[in-house]
Amino acid sequence: MTPPDYEYLRKLLKDHSGLDLSADKQYLIESRLLPLSRKCGLAGISELVQKMKGGASTIVAQVVEAMTTNETFFFRDKVPFDHFRDSIVPEVLKARAARKSIRIWCAAGSTGQEPYSLAMSLKEMSAALAGWRIEIIATDLSQEVLEKSKAGIYSQFEVQRGLPIQMLVKYFKQNGELWQINADIRAMVQHRQLNLLHDFSQLGMFDVIFCRNVLIYFDQDTKINIFGRLAKSMEADGFLVLGAAETVVGLTDVFKPFPDKRGLYRPNAARAATAAPKIAAMAGR
Amino acid sequence: MKTCLVVDDSGVVRKIARRILEEMGFEITEAEDGEKALEVCKLAMPNAVLLDWNMPVMDGYEFLGHLRRLPGGDVPKVVFCTTENGMDHISRALHAGANEYIMKPFDKDIVAAKFQEVGLVELSEPTPV
Repeated sequence: MTPPDYEYLRKLLKDHSGLDLSADKQYLIESRLLPLSRKCGLAGISELVQKMKGGASTIVAQVVEAMTTNETFFFRDKVPFDHFRDSIVPEVLKARAARKSIRIWCAAGSTGQEPYSLAMSLKEMSAALAGWRIEIIATDLSQEVLEKSKAGIYSQFEVQRGLPIQMLVKYFKQNGELWQINADIRAMVQHRQLNLLHDFSQLGMFDVIFCRNVLIYFDQDTKINIFGRLAKSMEADGFLVLGAAETVVGLTDVFKPFPDKRGLYRPNAARAATAAPKIAAMAGR
Repeated sequence: MKTCLVVDDSGVVRKIARRILEEMGFEITEAEDGEKALEVCKLAMPNAVLLDWNMPVMDGYEFLGHLRRLPGGDVPKVVFCTTENGMDHISRALHAGANEYIMKPFDKDIVAAKFQEVGLVELSEPTPV
């Protein structure tokens, strides 16, 4: 890939999706865009760039989609889902005992593995959640992946990465080589197309936000901006779950790390009540 | 070092599985059918068994039944690895005491994920994007 082509793609992706590629991500572009260029009947990336410079907006959309769609699998990284089961849900059960409702947002829902993993986890705890209203909202930049998520149909390869076999037996129906997640689990997840760069306050307030492996693509200012808006969309006693390689530390103090639980954060109460803390501290003495 | 018995009538599959599992830190023994696998287990129980279903002499399903009735035969984690990909086969395997189930074709990621699932290997570092 020529340096001018790389720069062109960097700028295009930044403008359209906020994706902020550092100078050394040629491999990422090649691995995502070479298959796309073949699909479009083009010889390679420079032909793809030529088409876009010529004003092919459908190709622009496909390039953005190819670059921002993440490989994902059920119960990815496992630990966040252990936190969800062992810490987050028990806390929410206590905190929302009167209201009996839990609202969860998967901010990079992708092809559905993450929201459905959460839905299955909640199903496993259904005894404790009897009578509760459960909402899981899955959003993604890409309409195409949302459609796949809604359908809930996965290849044999996809259902073998991260999904325990007992869960496959329990929550999926087989259709030839494909596996579809059961209708009652699908019904637990609502899908919305959403660009995190845009206002998302209309989604309402959440108890839990999973926002994993998506902020990694944004530049620092954009990250700070999104964290600020995530904090406003979260209940004061809510939980934020980030990807393994992501953190708020050094970027913002609207969230603070949850002790001893990697990847888990909570709104920073001290920051929310900026005017009051000194008085409160004195009153406590 | 943890031990894994690879049971498959295909030498090629055994070789691929051996390479993947050795890389994961297992010491490998091989058997080409269920009967030979039982002999191995009677001498020394492995920590894990990667088990094909369809084999001559004694198939994987029958082997599992015998294994679970041996003294100490409840210890090994048994992961089926077979082209049988029907829900009926999976259910039968689980009822007979299988711990996990791989549908062929498989790769390193699938084997690693399934072995993690049954607690045979430590959780690897989370995958970066």
